[in-house]
Amino acid sequence: MDQFTINLLFVGGSFALYIGIAIWARAGSTSEFYAAGRGVHPVTNGMATAADWMSAASFISMAGLIAFTGYDNSTYLMGWTGGYVLLALLLAPYLRKFGKYTVSEFIGDRFYSQTARIVAVVCLIVASTTYVIGQMTGVGVAFGRFLEVDNTTGLLIGACVVFAYAVFGGMKGVTYTQVAQYVVLITAYTIPTVFISLQLTGNPIPGLGLFGTDVASGEPLLAKLDQVVTELGFASYTAHHGDTFNMVLFTLSLMIGTAGLPHVIMRFFTVPKVSDARWSAGWALVFIALLYITAPAVGAMARLNITDMMWPNGTNGEAVSVEMIENDARYDWMETWQKTGLLGWEDKNGDGRIQYYNDKSEAMQAKAAENGWKGNELTNFNRDILVLANPEIANLPGWVIGLVAAGGLAAALSTAAGLLLAISSAVSHDLIKGAINPGISEKGELLSARIAMAVAIAAATYLGLNPPGFAAQTVALAFGLAAASIFPALMMGIFSTRINNTGAVAGMLAGLAVTLVYIFLHKGWLFIPGTNSFTDADPLLGSIKSTSFGAIGAAVNFAVAYVVAGMTKDTPQAIKELVASVRIPRGAGVAQEH
Amino acid sequence: MSENSSNNAYWSTNMRIIVVSLIIWALVSFGFGILLRPLLSGISVGGTDLGFWFAQQGSIVVFLAIIFFYAWRMNRLDREHGVDEE
Repeated sequence: MDQFTINLLFVGGSFALYIGIAIWARAGSTSEFYAAGRGVHPVTNGMATAADWMSAASFISMAGLIAFTGYDNSTYLMGWTGGYVLLALLLAPYLRKFGKYTVSEFIGDRFYSQTARIVAVVCLIVASTTYVIGQMTGVGVAFGRFLEVDNTTGLLIGACVVFAYAVFGGMKGVTYTQVAQYVVLITAYTIPTVFISLQLTGNPIPGLGLFGTDVASGEPLLAKLDQVVTELGFASYTAHHGDTFNMVLFTLSLMIGTAGLPHVIMRFFTVPKVSDARWSAGWALVFIALLYITAPAVGAMARLNITDMMWPNGTNGEAVSVEMIENDARYDWMETWQKTGLLGWEDKNGDGRIQYYNDKSEAMQAKAAENGWKGNELTNFNRDILVLANPEIANLPGWVIGLVAAGGLAAALSTAAGLLLAISSAVSHDLIKGAINPGISEKGELLSARIAMAVAIAAATYLGLNPPGFAAQTVALAFGLAAASIFPALMMGIFSTRINNTGAVAGMLAGLAVTLVYIFLHKGWLFIPGTNSFTDADPLLGSIKSTSFGAIGAAVNFAVAYVVAGMTKDTPQAIKELVASVRIPRGAGVAQEH
Repeated sequence: MSENSSNNAYWSTNMRIIVVSLIIWALVSFGFGILLRPLLSGISVGGTDLGFWFAQQGSIVVFLAIIFFYAWRMNRLDREHGVDEE
């Protein structure tokens, strides 16, 4: 059986499983399974939250970014887990006590203002749409590879599948489907890495193998990796190279953004009790950590394997020959990925070998002149292909490759569909029914939801063709937007009685506006390529990249809200009482249904 | 009135636990993982230093500990102040 058939079997089989569970769960007792989390144990709920949360950015993209940068990209690991601490300590129990279903409802009620609710909805739509662009990038890579077509065709096919999946939609709310998606996702991520860790270090636990010994050389794995990459002129893997201030800001943006993303927060509205909301955040992080502890091992080991493949005789020997890439079965992955346009090589000096090195390093330029090399010949290696190509690079059996395909698609599709549902309900329920046309019929509401979904996916697909960055980088921008707008409003709503309606609205608008403008200045207006005035290599303000600006936006939000609230009328007594009641668990009602 | 002062005591204890937890949260990530890494460079772990471990794995383990500690501690505090859900 060829690889193409195996991939289709795994992807098709996993989809059949999700649909099967959705049908089974509905056939049982609808109300029991439908309200995500209600009557479900916090452990099960945590697993479902983890599946909801981990997207193409975590699964497909993150390890590749770590692999090619090393220590400096630890920001993703700390940022996307540290946010759960903020969520558990500062938001989850209080929002659960409040007892409504959506984030914008809380903001509307706490700040006793329809305007505040609408502003929150707009912030939600902006952040979620940006998030979907990142998912589409990942979906395009995955479909491009497994259908063996170029990236653009893969993206268009992926967009149709995501749309169908989101319209079918009902399965989104079924906790047990998400549990199944989590199991597929984590198995697919872990199994190849266990094999690779065994091959390289003899340790079956990748997280420990990362700090273990490289069997081939007898040296510690990370020391060996540092040695081979620096011999090729690249920056060492474990050392800190970038700007420290930007690294801190970026990590903080991702953390605050995690605690400001509506589709994550929503899960804590539906757990049975306030005390469960506290535990649920912990269990969600347990299941997320299983992937995040493995991810740095995936990155480091893949980097070592790739370097070994390009320099089979060692970094001081002869590079791999073109003939070997074309004929040796171990190099088949290079040819299949070349078809997607995301991997490329070129024998620039015509010596029949492909030299992979950093041609910007002066030491390597001297070595290249000596050996007659004419620049780096592994001309293109898209970071987003690393995790999907990883089992092929390590020569693992075909079923492992198929499993990773299924896992990557589970991650991307479940999150993309969830976000599209959030966008469509925000537009139809909060914006149109809640503000523009309260008298709209149920049919009209449903139609506007479908239209919103179609518009969002068309925009995300168009922008996904020329994405503002690799999947995880685009998703990081979405986190910056959520950090600057939603999180400060929620936190001030709980921890301060002084912030009034005007303060909250001014804060959210200021935070969103400065962050959006800063991002557009660097990534192009509405992410349209070529319309940017600055680049992240040389940003407008000091060393602050557009991906890190969310933390600054959040600070602006807090500051503006405090100043404006201080100049305007105090909050009414009823709102002070609402805040006091949100702060204590006693008296929490039963969880809201969807 | 006594209920109010009990609720105030509950909230200030909660705030104290949150502040201490967030100091630890910042210390292991921004501290050990990034800013204080040079200070930890003497302690080697598997071919690199302790700061690298905190940045890639250690901080995540501590985050988990913080969340579970907070859940346990607060659920106890709820009962002590009689504000738990019955």
